Amino acid sequence: MTSALDDVRILEVGGALGAWCGKLLADMGATVIKVEPPDGDETRAFPPFYNDEPHKNRSLYFWHYNINKHSVTLDIESATGRDLFIRLAAQSDAIIDSCPPKHLDSLGIGYEAISQTTPDIIFAAISPFGQDAPYSDYASTDLTALAFGGPVWSCGYDDHTIPPVRGGGNQAHHTACHFAAIGVLTALVHRQFTGEGQFIDVNMHAAQNVTTEGGAYHWLVARDTVQRQTGRHSSPTPTPEVQMLCGDGRYVNIGFPARTEEQWFHLLAWLDEHSLVGDLSQYLTPPSREAIAKRDPVAIQQMREVMGAVSDLCMANTAYDIFVRAQNLGFQWGIIYSPEDAIEDKHFKERGMQAPVAHPELDAEFMYVGAPYDFKATPWALKRRPPLLGEHNEDIYAEIGITTTQLEDLSKTGVV
Amino acid sequence: MPTDDSKGALAPIRICDFSGQLAGAGATRFFAAFGAQVIRIEDRLSQGGWDIFRGNGPYIDERRGVNLGGMFNNHNIEKIGITLNAKSERGKQILREIISISDIVTENFSAGVMERWGFPYEEMKAIKPDIIYVSNCGFGHAGPYKHFKTWGPVVQAVSGLTFQSGLPNMPPAGWGFSHMDHTGGYFMAIAILMALYHRNKTGEGQYVDLSCTDAALTLNGPALLDYTVNKRPLRRKHSPHSNRSVFPPMAPHGIYRSLGNDQWVAISARNDADWNALCDVIGHPELTKDKRFETMETRIHNQDDLDDIVQAWTDKRSPFDAMLALQERGVPAAAVQRPEDRADNDANSLAWNTFPEVKHFEMGKVRVEGMPMKLSKTPAKIERGAPIIGQDNDFFYNEILMLDKAERKALHDKGVI
Repeated sequence: MTSALDDVRILEVGGALGAWCGKLLADMGATVIKVEPPDGDETRAFPPFYNDEPHKNRSLYFWHYNINKHSVTLDIESATGRDLFIRLAAQSDAIIDSCPPKHLDSLGIGYEAISQTTPDIIFAAISPFGQDAPYSDYASTDLTALAFGGPVWSCGYDDHTIPPVRGGGNQAHHTACHFAAIGVLTALVHRQFTGEGQFIDVNMHAAQNVTTEGGAYHWLVARDTVQRQTGRHSSPTPTPEVQMLCGDGRYVNIGFPARTEEQWFHLLAWLDEHSLVGDLSQYLTPPSREAIAKRDPVAIQQMREVMGAVSDLCMANTAYDIFVRAQNLGFQWGIIYSPEDAIEDKHFKERGMQAPVAHPELDAEFMYVGAPYDFKATPWALKRRPPLLGEHNEDIYAEIGITTTQLEDLSKTGVV
Repeated sequence: MPTDDSKGALAPIRICDFSGQLAGAGATRFFAAFGAQVIRIEDRLSQGGWDIFRGNGPYIDERRGVNLGGMFNNHNIEKIGITLNAKSERGKQILREIISISDIVTENFSAGVMERWGFPYEEMKAIKPDIIYVSNCGFGHAGPYKHFKTWGPVVQAVSGLTFQSGLPNMPPAGWGFSHMDHTGGYFMAIAILMALYHRNKTGEGQYVDLSCTDAALTLNGPALLDYTVNKRPLRRKHSPHSNRSVFPPMAPHGIYRSLGNDQWVAISARNDADWNALCDVIGHPELTKDKRFETMETRIHNQDDLDDIVQAWTDKRSPFDAMLALQERGVPAAAVQRPEDRADNDANSLAWNTFPEVKHFEMGKVRVEGMPMKLSKTPAKIERGAPIIGQDNDFFYNEILMLDKAERKALHDKGVI
């Protein structure tokens, strides 16, 4: 079957920040050429490594973010390198640039220069604070981006002597890349309509700022400040706990234990199987969220009793059994899986969330994480394992007329 | 440069939009901002009640009601709001007409809802052969849990994202908001655009089943390969510790208490240069020669000691003072900004217009989330607030579906629109 983006060619240049954007597009069929310095992209040195042995072609960090891409080496700081970059760009539809702001401009290979020779190029520059905005020269990491941009303020524990918490897994970079991908795709569609290319300035700080839900709205609309709470939405006013420890040491998130009368009776019947109903049988309806918010003592007392009974129920069962039983009763409860728990779960396995990829040079096959979406006509696919450093130099440079002999010379002089 | 009559990148596109809440409405929001005509169809009978944000807070003042929800306003800027009873026969007929003139149908209902209405993908395709149909649902439309119900926190819990966020020997801290409602919306927007690109190229529409939990699972990062390749689970002693950085290794790396009530500063030292500069800034240049901290490896190993040293310095400074002192020397540092800091006093947010003001029919002027990426030739437009219930019925049914006044009145009186 065809791929949605199989006629799209993209150059990706820069570091760790833009890699997720390139991967999202490569997984849908775009030819994404990662332009790496001759000694390799910075993330090739990031752990973890295959078998924990550091090696440029064995960083699992690099693998995760660069599967499906091509790799060419090029010293864009050199004059010859800049010329080659412009020629590569001339064959491309889009460029994803996560170099420091204005760096490519300073080398003469920024949007202004590229669009001279390739007017319909789509050029997305991803940076911590935008290309030319206040703080553009500040240093930034995933942690500082999440702290400065707002998410961290909302995450952590009820006890505010404990530091707030960064949400794990590189999410500041991911979020910046989601906006970059939306920008590139919007520009590609616009180019289909008009033939016009353009420049896209992606601001990671702004991306975090608009990804905090209530943290922003409560302030913008009502000038209220949310406060962080363990495992649940930060809120201007305290809300009941949601995380319950289960008999096997895992947690479930129970949201609000029961919302409707029907759910209330289901919950009582379930508690009754474990002889945990106690005095709860006196209540004909679930505790009212509104009454709790208004500090109604009866509702608060009922909620306290419910939470006690549900906690006992959870301790008498495994988290998985609680999760499945609750969902079958119509409760929006969720088991708190570790990433490895999730990828081994039967639902995710059945949906293909373990995708096998062969690494012939290691004589092995590894399971990568599967697709975020299921396209029925143009399937998402992992077609090529992550590229070895400079693996596609010969093919890609041949396409812009560089002969094997010339390539050898370029390699000797350190340009590729 | 765009002129005043610039129509936006996606101006030729029309979306028949049933999506709501944040995971769905957050996706079609992009299309509205980039000029597509997004027809937000809301149920006439329940007055749009399926979308809990319609009438939920925060509120601008003491008024309450389905037109006054602050979140709804944020998620539905620039959309065309119409009402329709799609369960009635005439309603279904009108829906067929809307689909026949749309490029895309979007929804984020529970699995099976569109089928029950009589509008599975096959039916939409029969009406409009190149239709793109994108559904965003918690566990997707196939698999053992397809009937399970989610909202952001459940998606985050089941996918591993909640577990990844916390401190050792503590329960998970998780995300203090529905990160996956936002991000599910981003994935949905990406999916729609990819399908649209393909359709423009080939004339072929398609159905995309987006499962928000699948999407969340892909965001676990290299930790998943560390498990599948190296067999190292994240659930192990002293793990996870999400204020530290393992991939890539950085130390010191944490969120430190600062001067004031509930004030914090985040600091990351990426390499030797950051570490040497940090030692200077905190007035302990001798630490660069301390055996415990000689290399990144030893700094990672002695991170508890490092945290105490950094904490002793940040304790006496405001988060912004600490941040500026370190940034002056190129060390990544950032105050943990409170909502008011980043919305009202942050020079980048103000210059970028990260939180622009829209005009809402009943609420008046309200600030909302802006656009973190600027497209040089087709900028986003965020000026009009979310529609009140049925706000655009006259415009849409008259000018787009060409129903005359008498017919519109009859349909309204019968409870169809």
